[in-house]
Amino acid sequence: MTNEVLATYANYALYSAVGVLSLAMIAYAVYLAGAVPASEREHESLDSDEQAAAERARARAERVAAVSGGSVATSPVTGPVGADDGTTVEDAAAPQGDPERARKGAGIGGTLSYLGTGLLLVSLVLRGMSVDRAPLGNLFEFSVAGAFFAMLVYCIGPLRRGMHWLGLFVLAPVTLLLWLAGTIWYTEAAELVPSLDSYWLVIHVSIATLATGLSIVGAVLAALYLVRDKAGPGSFWTKLPAAARLERLSYGMHVVAFPMWTFTLIAGAIWARQAWSSYWNWDPKEVWTFVIWIVYAAYLHARVTKGSNRRTAAWIALAGFACIVINYTIVNFYFIGQHSYAGTS
Amino acid sequence: MTTTDPTTRGAKKTPGRPVTQPRLGPVGWARWAWRQLTSMKTALFLLLLLAIGAVPGSMFPQRSLDPSQTAAWIQRHPEAGPVLDRFYAFDVYSSPWFSAIYLLLFTSLVGCIVPRTLTLARQLRGRPPRTPRRLERLDAHDALVVRDEDVPAALDAAASALRRRRYRMARHDDQTISAESGYVKEIGNLAFHGSLLTLIVGLAIGHLYGWRADIVVPEGESFVSTVTRYDTWAPGPLVDESSLTPFELTVDQMSARFEEDHQSQIGMPRAFSAEVTYADRLGGATKKDTVQVNHPLELDESTVFLLGNGYAPVVTVKDDAGRVIYRGATPFLAQDGSYRSTGAIKVGAAQPEQLGFVGLFLPTAVVDDTNGPISIFPDLRNPALAMSLYEGELFPQGGAQSVFSIDTEAMTPVAPDDDSEDIARLWLQPGETAQLPGDRGSITFDRVDRFAGFAVRHDPGKGLVLGSSVVALLGLITSLTLRRRRVFARVVPAGDGRSVLHLGAMTKGDDDRLARVVSDLADQLGSSFDDEGDRTPASVGESRTS
Ligand code: HEM
Repeated sequence: MTNEVLATYANYALYSAVGVLSLAMIAYAVYLAGAVPASEREHESLDSDEQAAAERARARAERVAAVSGGSVATSPVTGPVGADDGTTVEDAAAPQGDPERARKGAGIGGTLSYLGTGLLLVSLVLRGMSVDRAPLGNLFEFSVAGAFFAMLVYCIGPLRRGMHWLGLFVLAPVTLLLWLAGTIWYTEAAELVPSLDSYWLVIHVSIATLATGLSIVGAVLAALYLVRDKAGPGSFWTKLPAAARLERLSYGMHVVAFPMWTFTLIAGAIWARQAWSSYWNWDPKEVWTFVIWIVYAAYLHARVTKGSNRRTAAWIALAGFACIVINYTIVNFYFIGQHSYAGTS
Repeated sequence: MTTTDPTTRGAKKTPGRPVTQPRLGPVGWARWAWRQLTSMKTALFLLLLLAIGAVPGSMFPQRSLDPSQTAAWIQRHPEAGPVLDRFYAFDVYSSPWFSAIYLLLFTSLVGCIVPRTLTLARQLRGRPPRTPRRLERLDAHDALVVRDEDVPAALDAAASALRRRRYRMARHDDQTISAESGYVKEIGNLAFHGSLLTLIVGLAIGHLYGWRADIVVPEGESFVSTVTRYDTWAPGPLVDESSLTPFELTVDQMSARFEEDHQSQIGMPRAFSAEVTYADRLGGATKKDTVQVNHPLELDESTVFLLGNGYAPVVTVKDDAGRVIYRGATPFLAQDGSYRSTGAIKVGAAQPEQLGFVGLFLPTAVVDDTNGPISIFPDLRNPALAMSLYEGELFPQGGAQSVFSIDTEAMTPVAPDDDSEDIARLWLQPGETAQLPGDRGSITFDRVDRFAGFAVRHDPGKGLVLGSSVVALLGLITSLTLRRRRVFARVVPAGDGRSVLHLGAMTKGDDDRLARVVSDLADQLGSSFDDEGDRTPASVGESRTS
């Protein structure tokens, strides 16, 4: 009861997406090679509205200083963007690439990213139509869905806000994931086994893959933060925004992902009761979803705990991501449990 | 190492002067220990420890889930098995060390929730705190110059702007404003942590008062759910067996469908369903329903889940005189995805000795050169029974034993004929009859029925667990989306008929919009009260909410 033709077209869309995203990576690599260090384009991301607000704040501060006969500090309106940036303008005058080519690279990379994301959506829809259900039934299918969600998060968040520096670092893992899905995890389009045949599949797995997509982008940002934080003057990494900004962007991703992981856990438990009679069985897959959830809770705690610094928190976030990877790979293949539906046996 | 965490920066130590430690008595030590246990650092550590502690349970088979696989694993690893067993590697989630971690975590949680709830209650009853002296020192600060005669109006405007943004307000004197928002965030956070506690209570109730039972029912057969009728019965420690109300259930039809088209997935299960007729209590009105995987049958007291299925060959055994001494459907237990099933037919009425048939049922039978009789497809394409015959005493201890196997301790193999040492082997297909060796009579394989394997469950804690989870999720979202902020205003006279109106804000945790909160307020006030008059048109009358 599956439509082979549609499934074949779904695969063509997938291969095209991999091709398009690979080209986007090249374009982004060109961009990064020529990009100007972030410290020089500090205000690049400020829109005119924000600039006007900054201007007014400066004027106020001057008048206050005049009447009170001293200098009165006001906090920068844009928050500590660039404030913790270790680089000075002099450092940044180090040799650079070609800004013109870079700008073009960013534009092409962005367009191709949108296109690739669209192709992934097409592939998912065709695959879903070919099997007449949500395309979330085996490891191949949720890898493609996870990659799509990661791209979607990138497109509607960072890309739309012009953060082209992030492109290469998101596209690289996404393309790798798609490549793995298309080669070693590929599974023929087919119906589901009865325990998966439930609307809870759609609810539980779609939120889990969306959370995974957010966690991918969050982990990339956490890793970039750790590298950027240690980058000395003149280092390649100074092309990225200030460490504090990367850290806050990473937190933003995780703070959205965490309630989704919580929901995934709850919906999974409800479904487990429907399908296996007990809402919690300590099945390996459940254990690892629980571990992921706990590690991300620890990340959020680490971030508000006085005396534990942001680097520790970022490492915990990366540990959480490592658990996600383990959950989808090792646990699916080597640990026996009721979840052994990966379908690539 | 550079820290970017603003919270670590303020921690200056006074150099040169040694920190004198006060002597602690037992109460002091207890208080110290309690403070350590309930600190955020400990909570963080225990959370990570819980995550690490949960992992071994996914790597080793767990007794509570699959005792036979656990036993097999230990047998295969004679060195490591017993050692790991001593450290509860096969009972991780009920082990003392895992329990210790989560009990400590939950103690810490209580110690964290109680004082925070009290603080919040105090804050809700009281007013926002007094305005600090120097607002320049707060996390965010802005200031503007106003004429002295405008000061009261400017403060009023600031107060009403904040009130519009749902801040709670206090004017401790006529030079200051204190405003606070984000109580709901704290409530959400406490609701989240608190519902983790009630969730654990729900789990405990389910464990203590819940029960689980399994039963195999061939098509056409009924059962009344008494404790003794179940194949397995696992009550919680506080279950009162006499208070259970039995229900009645008949399996009218059991159907199964398997993948036939896709080469790589041939034989994968596709749909199972059991048509049943049931009554919630004995003699009650009967209803019909279909129990499916993912679609359990909800009864008054318990829930019936379709968890297993398989084949129940129907055979008739006659004695030498042609009298029927056994007729019925006997469930055989599937051993693999192709339903190679093992089972036993126990003919207790046979004379002079009881007979036992032990062997295989194969839905699509093939005799393989290396593996012997196997099944190559789970559906009934070429069903066959392959059995050996024993005679002797079926129930030597008189006790209960599995319906799927025979204890052959007190039995002897029956030889096919007098001068053979071998055991009599039968190969039967539906409709066929085989004569048993000697004068033991005959066996006829009439047909194959399916059976339904049900799990019946009662969990009185599940409602509390579900409710707690939902509250936790809502509390979490509230806690993560709202911000806790305090905004202050203070007028400082600057002489010359002018004053500086300082605005400051502080927050708990991370808040990159905080600076914007004060600068927007300053913009808004500046557009009406700035003394110089060169007002920025863009901001007149406009207030940005954040
Ligand atoms: C049982 C496991 C626990 C889990 C899953 C958990 C999870 C969380 C989560 C997800 C947050 C939200 C973080 C944020 O608002 O950014 C949070 C905040 C918090 N947790 Fe926990 N927590 C647990 C135990 C504890 C314990 C034992 C304590 C006390 C020592 C504690 C104290 C706090 C505090 C004070 C906050 C608020 C931080 C703030 O926003 O200022 N938690 N927790």
